[in-house]
Amino acid sequence: MPSSFSLDHNDETLIGALRSGDERAFGELVSRWSSAMLRVALAHIANHAIAEEVVQEAWLTVLRSLDRFERRSALRTWVLGIVVNIARARFRVERRLVPLPEDDGPTVAPSRFLPADHPRWPHHWAIEPVPWKTPEDDLLAEETRKIINDAIAELPPAQREVLVLRDLEGMAAADACNILGLTDTHQRVLLHRARARVRNALERYLAKTEAP
Amino acid sequence: MTDRDLPELPCRDLVELVTEYLEDRLSAVDRARFDAHLAECEACRAFLEQFRQTIRTLGRLPEESLSDHARISLLAAFRGWRRN
Repeated sequence: MPSSFSLDHNDETLIGALRSGDERAFGELVSRWSSAMLRVALAHIANHAIAEEVVQEAWLTVLRSLDRFERRSALRTWVLGIVVNIARARFRVERRLVPLPEDDGPTVAPSRFLPADHPRWPHHWAIEPVPWKTPEDDLLAEETRKIINDAIAELPPAQREVLVLRDLEGMAAADACNILGLTDTHQRVLLHRARARVRNALERYLAKTEAP
Repeated sequence: MTDRDLPELPCRDLVELVTEYLEDRLSAVDRARFDAHLAECEACRAFLEQFRQTIRTLGRLPEESLSDHARISLLAAFRGWRRN
């Protein structure tokens, strides 16, 4: 879980520090939360400079709205929700005219399974997955990281939002649903599709590099 | 494996349930079917482990960082906000 997830101060202390104009506290928050905020913005906007603008706009909104924070969630969750709203609005303005279709395909290509009328093993694996030989730590090496990042970049935005909050940021399902305005079931479907696509991309890549 | 032991849940359906399984959202019956299948099926165990490895790796991706320029203008904006 990312270390940026919890702060030593509780939310009341943080809010008090911001209200009293404690620049050091603000600077610390910017350092700790901006990675998550940028990732959320980048889920909608590929351009890093524009994503940074979204993060800056979100911080200004946070400061302006601090008095209206109702404490129904953690401050960090509320802040990330503000990023989602600004990024979604920006995305609607800047996205290409023809939206990408939402992918709702199966988790694994149907061709990997035996047909329904197979006499002995209907719908069992035809081409079985084999354990990856690459050590897990090495999946973070530059090459595989690029495979992962490219797979994330190719996800439909709705899947990418969920994947970023849940798996990159380690946010609880209930908080992610709250921020994204999703039902628990829909959130889980999107998350599953997103995870499956990243796994599939890794599998395709490792099948090539691990081949004897 | 004999026909008698054939798991009720085929591999093609199991792969669709992995996130629900990991989030503990399956019914007790479905969870039992899932576990029974896993016990018998090496390929699905490999799939589940790859899914877990993928999730863990996603959680360890390097953080994004704000440019110095954005950071400096944010701190300036904070000073401006404080004065108002």
